[in-house]
Amino acid sequence: MTATPSPAASRGTEVRLTDLTRVYAGNVRALDGFTLHIAPGEFVALLGPSGCGKTTALRLLAGLEDADGGTIEVGGRDVTNVPTSKRDMGMVFQAYSLFPHMTARQNVEFGLQLRKQDKATRHGRAADMLDLVGLSKQADRYAHQMSGGQQQRVALARALAIEPQVLLLDEPLSALDAKVRSQLRDEIRRIQLEVGTTTLFVTHDQEEALAVADRVGVMNAGRLEQLASPAQLYKNPATPFVADFVGLTNRLHCRVAGGVAQVLGGAVPLLAGSAGDGLAIVLVRPEGVTIAPVGSGGSGGAGGAAATVVSASFLGASGKIVARLESSEGVGDLVSVQVDNTDVTAYAPGQRVLLAPRGDAALAVSAT
Amino acid sequence: MSTRHTERRKRAALRWTVIGLTLVFFLIPLYGMLEFTTRDLINGGRTGKFWTTLVDVPQVTERYPALAEGFASSMALALFTVVVMLLLLVPTMTWVRLRLPGLTRTVEFICLLPLTVPAIVLVVGLTPVYAWVTYLLGEGTVWLGLAYVILVLPYAYRSLDAGLRAIDVKTLSEAARSLGASWLRVMWQIVLPNLRTAVLSASFLSVALVLGEFTIANLFSRKNLQVAMFELGKSDGQLSVAVGLASLVFAFVVLFAMSFVGRKEKS
Ligand SMILES: Nc1ncnc2c1ncn2[C@@H]1O[C@H](COP(=O)(O)OP(=O)(O)O)[C@@H](O)[C@H]1O
Ligand SMILES: [Mg+2]
Repeated sequence: MTATPSPAASRGTEVRLTDLTRVYAGNVRALDGFTLHIAPGEFVALLGPSGCGKTTALRLLAGLEDADGGTIEVGGRDVTNVPTSKRDMGMVFQAYSLFPHMTARQNVEFGLQLRKQDKATRHGRAADMLDLVGLSKQADRYAHQMSGGQQQRVALARALAIEPQVLLLDEPLSALDAKVRSQLRDEIRRIQLEVGTTTLFVTHDQEEALAVADRVGVMNAGRLEQLASPAQLYKNPATPFVADFVGLTNRLHCRVAGGVAQVLGGAVPLLAGSAGDGLAIVLVRPEGVTIAPVGSGGSGGAGGAAATVVSASFLGASGKIVARLESSEGVGDLVSVQVDNTDVTAYAPGQRVLLAPRGDAALAVSAT
Repeated sequence: MSTRHTERRKRAALRWTVIGLTLVFFLIPLYGMLEFTTRDLINGGRTGKFWTTLVDVPQVTERYPALAEGFASSMALALFTVVVMLLLLVPTMTWVRLRLPGLTRTVEFICLLPLTVPAIVLVVGLTPVYAWVTYLLGEGTVWLGLAYVILVLPYAYRSLDAGLRAIDVKTLSEAARSLGASWLRVMWQIVLPNLRTAVLSASFLSVALVLGEFTIANLFSRKNLQVAMFELGKSDGQLSVAVGLASLVFAFVVLFAMSFVGRKEKS
């Protein structure tokens, strides 16, 4: 199940969260029987919508909140009742968390100082860590003299300096702008592979999770819905919730028979575990649909479904067409279709088009 | 363009008028005090003898023991009040912010309450309490500081609250905790250094308040600087006023020095 472990994985620590429950005031069950096993040196991303309990899971592992039920094991040791300061977790927070009265170097050295390391060792280690995150030149700067991205890098260096058992990252990139975000994301992955620390990374951004993690855990309402490698998750979402979260955003009414959905004038195989025969709603990716102007001969092979373009938008690297299916009863479903950016101009609102599933790229999960 | 120019000139003029009037308002009494203390009532003309007396510490101590005692008491009280106030408020307010946000309103209400209670009423309420304080801790003037802590609570609370608002205490302390810091260390190495300005201004207001306090000390028959001055005034008016002026200038210098330190730390 585990993806290829990094060369340094032997240094990592195993983490077992078992049946964790956390109930907040007002009977909010932030975690409700949450179980997660992270292999030594593995990079797991927790993905889920806002409020599903990701931060709570991370904070329980860090010891910043107490569990109302369940156990936490790190490296085979039960740490459920161990205070934060004794857990040896490196944390990077969503909010900027550098100590404002210390320079970057002093921030990185703080944890080492607590571990009673002598000055020379601390200096050396801090220099290495700042070098690792590419900030050697900014060592003497204060937080207010650095950009958001730089501050988060220092926070990462500070967390790694203590050689933590586990590295915990709670949406560390969400306050940054898009370009810095993807850059730092890749860097976090590079550094993690280099140091081999077991890592739990929390995010609500699907792309981010799929890009960095060995395995991605999709959370819903305080539970883990699916834990799988990015490729598996993408190809084989276990539930409609997961499917929706990994980009199967078209919800289409159709008829299902024998594990095959009759949708967009074609037959799309349903993933295992989907609904039985009858009427159903299936989820299809925007990349899994083809579009062609009516009268151009079509491209879906077996005909296709007639629809009217609602909007056409240019998204940079790609384009998106939204069309409404023609329906004999009531209002038809809306379908978004991903197209090449050069094709966007070929479509205009009001134009009639033919939609069809794209051979093997189409995927369906029943939502009923 | 020119109307805007004259507008600005007018506003500047108004500003300087207000500042000037305020300065005059404050400086006239001070000048009055200085004038009075340098007047030679017996021979006429000017004399500096009250000021030379004041500067001559051994002589003051010998001839006006009450004054020396009052001065020492007020210094001790200022220090004691500031220390107790900080020990009480900084951890409490930090803890409320971190762990008991639901209590914020309650704590604020309690801290601001002394503003609404006149000193005389406070003394009536404190009398039975101080019977116990005297019984348990003795008669020392310094215990008056406990009442002063209550008195300075509203001002200290306001300053510290502003300081705590300016930093993300929760995230900072969680970061420090995860790196292995104990709560004590979080307080001492993370929270306090970032509250430096707030702690200074809270201390600052407390010192000013304690140095000027008369009512409670007098009603409890404790001798602080103000009470000593008041008593001295009954026998030697001019020297008493000289002491008053000196203590004002002293307080001003202390506060100025403290604010200067605070500002320097920030830059
Ligand atoms: N300190 C708290 N007190 C009460 N409810 C909370 C607290 N922290 C989180 N919650 C609730 O718990 C649920 C999960 O929160 P959280 O773990 O922060 O979600 P996520 O990080 O996935 O957005 C939410 O419904 C949130 O409102
Ligand atoms: Mg969160």
